[in-house]
Amino acid sequence: MSAATNETAVTIPDGWARRYAGLVRHGFGLLGSVLLTFLGLTCVTFIIGRVIPIDPVTAIVGEKATRSTYERVFKELSLDRPVYEQYWIYLKKILHGDFGNSLLTAHPVLSDLLHFFPATVELSLLSLIFGVCLGIPLGVTAATHNGRWPDQIVRFGSLLGYSMPVFWLGLVGLLVFYAKLGWVEGPGRIDVAFDDIVPTVTGMITIDSLLAGEDEVFWNAIGHLILPASILGYLSLAYVARMTRSFMLTQLRQEYVLATLAKGLSPFRVVWIHALGNVWVQLVTVIALTFGSLLEGAVLTETVFAWPGLGLYMKNSLFSADLNAVVGGTMLIGVVYIVLNMLSDVIYTLVDPRARARK
Amino acid sequence: MTETLLTVRNLRVVYPGDDGDFRAVRNVSFTLGRERLGIVGESGSGKSTTGRAIMGLIARPGRVEADELRLGDTNLSDLNEAGFRRLRGKRIAMVLQDPKFSLDPVMSVGKQIAETHRHHFRSSKAEARHAALEMLHSVHIRDPERVYDQYPHQVSGGMGQRIMIAMMLIAGPDILIADEPTSALDVSVQQQVLAIMDEMVRSRGMGLILISHNLHLVSSFCDRILVMYAGQIVEVCEAGKLHEAQHPYTRGLLAALPELGHRRDELPQLQRDPSWMIDLPAAVGASA
Repeated sequence: MSAATNETAVTIPDGWARRYAGLVRHGFGLLGSVLLTFLGLTCVTFIIGRVIPIDPVTAIVGEKATRSTYERVFKELSLDRPVYEQYWIYLKKILHGDFGNSLLTAHPVLSDLLHFFPATVELSLLSLIFGVCLGIPLGVTAATHNGRWPDQIVRFGSLLGYSMPVFWLGLVGLLVFYAKLGWVEGPGRIDVAFDDIVPTVTGMITIDSLLAGEDEVFWNAIGHLILPASILGYLSLAYVARMTRSFMLTQLRQEYVLATLAKGLSPFRVVWIHALGNVWVQLVTVIALTFGSLLEGAVLTETVFAWPGLGLYMKNSLFSADLNAVVGGTMLIGVVYIVLNMLSDVIYTLVDPRARARK
Repeated sequence: MTETLLTVRNLRVVYPGDDGDFRAVRNVSFTLGRERLGIVGESGSGKSTTGRAIMGLIARPGRVEADELRLGDTNLSDLNEAGFRRLRGKRIAMVLQDPKFSLDPVMSVGKQIAETHRHHFRSSKAEARHAALEMLHSVHIRDPERVYDQYPHQVSGGMGQRIMIAMMLIAGPDILIADEPTSALDVSVQQQVLAIMDEMVRSRGMGLILISHNLHLVSSFCDRILVMYAGQIVEVCEAGKLHEAQHPYTRGLLAALPELGHRRDELPQLQRDPSWMIDLPAAVGASA
């Protein structure tokens, strides 16, 4: 491997390319591990489908079906084959994007997911932007004022965000900002009057309306989005600020902070360039996982705000024993985590030269 | 010692604590010219704290007091944080113990050197880069262009310390405080780094304060030696006359050193005398 490494370093003269050659090689290794993880994920979802206390045949044909109907469907689902063969059929179907039909919506699960997931992405993305853009500066400020009032405020605010139940926050938020003050729009993604005005491109109404040039739709969508996004954003802010604070406190104790001060640099530069540059290395994972939990776990928020996203879809499917939808949704969440991990791995090598040099 | 660069008279560093103040440095007085001054002492003797106090790098709640603390014509006692910031790197700089920890791990070393230049001279990126490359060359780094883009984890300890020296001297300070600059290095590299530091300090006519716990190293490298114990200077002597030292602490340290050719089965242990802790009389006027 080392011979190949040297060769790459020699044949690529450009310094930048040479520096990132390791990154490309790293990418291939990453792809391999992603495929392996994906395979593991299909195993897990397959097993879930087998152990869950729902008879897949009864779920389709109903309790009162005749014996012959039951057996026909039993065969159609290949349940008479050995387990490994069932898994192979399952895997082939998944690779073709076939998760079966949802009982609840009567649509193919894949098209359901493609319909509901963008709503969740839209909500989570805005929440994450809130959380990161405010959480990091707040965490840094708390660390640099360790023990004094700005720190106390941030720590108290974080604790509040940690401990307040989201459904309660959501209800109070709706009561105050929607019902009493009328500053924001109510539950749902958009007013009924604006339904189906803009063509679906990304599935995210705010972006689609901008693409279509429909300002009115855009602002209405923002009005609906702002409250749930703020509430979810507050929760991720609490987490990001807390982690940033503790990472920053560790960095501020490092020798290089003293050395950069001894060079004559301002504390501002020492904190926001040098120390924060090192904090980023640790924050990448935190942010990726925060985003992951936002995408998967907004069930309560989506329920309170009647937000037609993945969380709501999964909840409804679970309650009505809609096996295909549950497995498909689980699959999607699994893929989201794989992608986020891959992404954070790539970003990680960008912010940390030590990770770049490895391998 | 022709010209006094630094005057320290009765420097005190105090950390307030629950059961009374802790006096980390007690009435330390010395002057520094264009010479190499060694400060030796054991861990906790206040030698590093003395260096940091001179640079205004004592973090709260620590307090620095002095009857006189003067860098050339600048009275350091009157300076606020912004005033110190203008001096650090520009007129007085510091090399720390381990380059593995004292360089920012996520910034290329060249950028870190250039950063000092940019900050103090408000220079352009290209100028700062040029100056940094020259600086790398003068600390005997063979391939400055390549090293410039490397990161701290990619350079060896000895090279890291040379980079550190380059980073600290690029803005042309008068005084360099080297705080255990070779303790983290291999013995073979120690001499090399010291030689480079010596060369830089001599050619630029700087004053050097070498802080170390290593008596041998300090006595062979420096012109004068201050021996510190429990926050006080207990002995001042010429480096060549260390064997004539009077204070029982210094004598005890010297006696505890093993010597080549004189095989001893057991090295004598330092017998501490509580009377060494008692406050020595404070310096009057400009002395030591």
